[in-house]
Amino acid sequence: MNPVNYLYLAALLFTIGATGVLIRRNAIVLFMCVELMLNACNLAFVAFSRMHGNLDGQIIAFFTMVVAAAEVVVGLAIIVSLFRSRHSASVDDASLMKL
Amino acid sequence: MENLIALLVAAPLLGAAVLLCGGRRLDRVGHLLGTLLSAASFVIGVLLFTDMLGKSADDRTFTQHLFSWIPVEGFQADVSFQLDQLSMTFVLLISGVGTLIHIYSIGYMEHDERRRRFFGYLNLFLAAMLLLVLADNYLLLYVGWEGVGLASYLLIGFWQHKPSAATAAKKAFLVNRVGDMGLSIAIMLMFTTFGTFAFAPVLKAAEEHQGGGATLTGIALMLLLAACGKSAQVPLQSWLGDAMEGPTPVSALIHAATMVTAGVYLIVRSGAVFNASPDAQLVVVIVGSVTLLFGAIVGCAKDDIKKALAGSTMSQIGYMVLAAGLGPIGYVFAIMHLVTHGFFKAGLFLGAGSVMHGMNDEVDMRKYGALRKYMPVTFVTFGLGYLAIIGFPGLSGFFSKDKIIEAAFAKGGTEGWILGSVALLGAAITAYYMTRVMIMTFFGEKRWQPDAEGHEPHPHESPKSMTIPMIVLAFGSVFAGGFFSIGDRFLHWLEPVTEHSHGNAPISATTVTAATMVVLVIGVVLAYLQYGRRPVPVAAPRGSLLTRAARRDLLQDDFNHVVLVRGGEHLTRSLVYVDHTLVDGVVNGTAASVGGLSGRLRKLQNGYARSYAVSMFGGAALIVAATLLMRAV
Amino acid sequence: MSQLAAAATLSAGTSTGEAFQFWVLGTVAVIGALCTILMKKAVHSALCLAGTMIILAIFYLANGAYFLGVVQIIVYTGAIMMLFLFVVMLVGVTAADSLKETIKGQRWLALLCGLGFGILLLVGIGNASLHQFIGLGKANAGGNVEGLAALLFTKYVFAFEITGALLITATLGAMVLTHRERVERARTQRELAEQRVREGKHLPPLPAPGVYARHNAVDIAGLLPDGTPSELTVMQTLRERGQIRDVSDEALGDLKALEQRAAERLERTEEASK
Repeated sequence: MNPVNYLYLAALLFTIGATGVLIRRNAIVLFMCVELMLNACNLAFVAFSRMHGNLDGQIIAFFTMVVAAAEVVVGLAIIVSLFRSRHSASVDDASLMKL
Repeated sequence: MENLIALLVAAPLLGAAVLLCGGRRLDRVGHLLGTLLSAASFVIGVLLFTDMLGKSADDRTFTQHLFSWIPVEGFQADVSFQLDQLSMTFVLLISGVGTLIHIYSIGYMEHDERRRRFFGYLNLFLAAMLLLVLADNYLLLYVGWEGVGLASYLLIGFWQHKPSAATAAKKAFLVNRVGDMGLSIAIMLMFTTFGTFAFAPVLKAAEEHQGGGATLTGIALMLLLAACGKSAQVPLQSWLGDAMEGPTPVSALIHAATMVTAGVYLIVRSGAVFNASPDAQLVVVIVGSVTLLFGAIVGCAKDDIKKALAGSTMSQIGYMVLAAGLGPIGYVFAIMHLVTHGFFKAGLFLGAGSVMHGMNDEVDMRKYGALRKYMPVTFVTFGLGYLAIIGFPGLSGFFSKDKIIEAAFAKGGTEGWILGSVALLGAAITAYYMTRVMIMTFFGEKRWQPDAEGHEPHPHESPKSMTIPMIVLAFGSVFAGGFFSIGDRFLHWLEPVTEHSHGNAPISATTVTAATMVVLVIGVVLAYLQYGRRPVPVAAPRGSLLTRAARRDLLQDDFNHVVLVRGGEHLTRSLVYVDHTLVDGVVNGTAASVGGLSGRLRKLQNGYARSYAVSMFGGAALIVAATLLMRAV
Repeated sequence: MSQLAAAATLSAGTSTGEAFQFWVLGTVAVIGALCTILMKKAVHSALCLAGTMIILAIFYLANGAYFLGVVQIIVYTGAIMMLFLFVVMLVGVTAADSLKETIKGQRWLALLCGLGFGILLLVGIGNASLHQFIGLGKANAGGNVEGLAALLFTKYVFAFEITGALLITATLGAMVLTHRERVERARTQRELAEQRVREGKHLPPLPAPGVYARHNAVDIAGLLPDGTPSELTVMQTLRERGQIRDVSDEALGDLKALEQRAAERLERTEEASK
């Protein structure tokens, strides 16, 4: 098998995640989709690491995980406080950007 | 000694600053301070004058450099002064007559609660005028020029509670702006042509005919426009009559020592430019002669004593401009007439002010009459001024005006004959209208009328502070001309600056003098027959068409109204129409299309974060596509 | 020739077992991802995502990233996904879970963009010149974890420290965001009672949930004397999640069933009468 297939899989997962961000309204699911996209990237990094025979790709994937963890912590805190004030986790309800 | 020049300007400027910023605390001493500083300027002038007399004719130009005003590469404007014989003459005239008018105003404005402010303005006027004549370049002269305009605006409109005074001040200011524009254009032309605007290099360049005849003519005509504005020459003369709304000392100051003389100064100072352009000189003499007759005719018809004198000023300045337009033949005589005129016109105005002071501020000469018994000092000083202005032999006006008429003839050819005849005719009319003023005011029956509040006038002699300046000026009116002319003192004094040539007179000086005497007698006799022999009606008769036109200043305001105001209105209306249809159409059309487009684009802004995310994602896809395409290519 | 050789090395890099594993688990991972974005309830989405992540962890392991594979399972699937579930429980089920699209054209645009983007990515990867395949044998010679550590604490030490600071900041940020400071004294029971009297609502304790012959459940609204259900009787959490069970129809259904049974019996009697 050609290891490039891992990259195709990563691209597919990334696209699915991105589409999910666009069509879901629940902020939590939205976050999950973002996590999916990040994981897809990680898979690509790991595959690249293997192809090039050095560990830098894995290091980058590791950092991505750390950043994702931080993002999730803050993002979920935002969702919780948003839910407290608006009693909803829908991103459409927060359409305050429109005049 | 030369370092004193700046003080000439600084003294009255300091007075203006102190008086105008000092507030009510200075109310009690303001007039004394103003007079003192004006007198200080005169004293410094006299000191410099004696110093100048002690030097040879070639060393008589003093300069003082104060500081660099605009030190830019290629544009050097300095604040520096130049005091030569021409400036000296003006300095003495301005500060001397100005100081006398200050003294006179102490009495005249005694009951005005804004006297301190008045003296501040007077000092400002003097300072601006002195700056004008002392500047050594056109830019600094322009500063003084504008300062004079400002001060005249403030003084003419001094009684701003009177709408007529406010309007007159505005009118004077606006008409002067037209002339100022001419001066600024002239300065710009000088700068682009010669690269400088200091007197010496500009005049030198003009002598060498640098920049071509057309440019020089342009500069000269623009300077003439400026002179017309300040000196009330046709066609910018309309403000002078209305300027009589100001207090009488202001009129005296404007007409005798400052303001109107500025135009003559400018032309004489720029003599080299005019010499280089015969066309411009022709225009100058035409303007001078037209104004000469114009002012004289207006002066004949006015019943308002001040306005009659104003017409006379216009006419006399016309003489000066005429003389200045004659070139080197006439420069000296223009200035000489200016100085003698400064004396007798100031005397006449102060006399008129004195009469008004005694007659409850009545200005209509038809309501005067027989005042000689009640105001002897005024009568005598006014009478001497009168004799001087009509050119009675031996008095100032005789010498100076006679010289101008001679010079006009000396121009030569048909031109000389026409100009000489005009000047002679002017002399006759001058004699006529001044005799009329004299008779209506001081002789004949009493025609006094109670004023609007029912007070009968009780004519009385004015206080000392008013009569003394009049007496001093009367002395000047009598003796100045003779002093200047005997042995051609004035000619030799000014010649180094203005040059002089005798021209080629077709008729002898004696003939001219005799002719002048004849027309003078004719004018006086005509006036006597019309006003001295018959009683003067209190209500003005309807008069001939010319008289009625002259009463309305020969329809100058009507002309301005029809041509300039109406024309301006029509132009404005058509511009407004173009603006509304064309410009607004384009602007509104653009706005409407942008607005319509925005209305459509606005729908994209629905406030949903997910919608924005779609556009972002689409954008990312486009970027990926572009990257791939670039790699493929 | 060289390309062929490169392709040979590439294909030679993986065993048949790994290929089998990739095709099976890859399919499952894509299905899991699709389920993540298509499941109606957030809990289901979270579980599907966890599944996908575990498969990704296996792929990491297969690719020689042993440390990341373990971290993926322990940290991602174990901690982060549990955090997600925790928040889902906290926030509850809302109307946002509906898959019905409210913005006009959004779904089509999203699908179009997704499809286009996906195709572009695939084309891009297909066009990329990926002829080299080295494998991690040499890099992992001294152990994967040791290799990573050597890089992390030398070449990437600053980034590592900065991510540490980032984590601390994120922790504090989450605390600040969710923490609510009590700025006033807690009110006593007496004060609360007085307030209730002042506002004139619910002086007595809340009513108990409804009781039905077959149920004695918390999710059934109690009936008022006029027969209408009162939502007050159900606990607030269930109310907000919209999980009140409506049993008003059940009585009618039961009645219908009873009538039908009676009718069957009557039919019989009718037939008998015939």
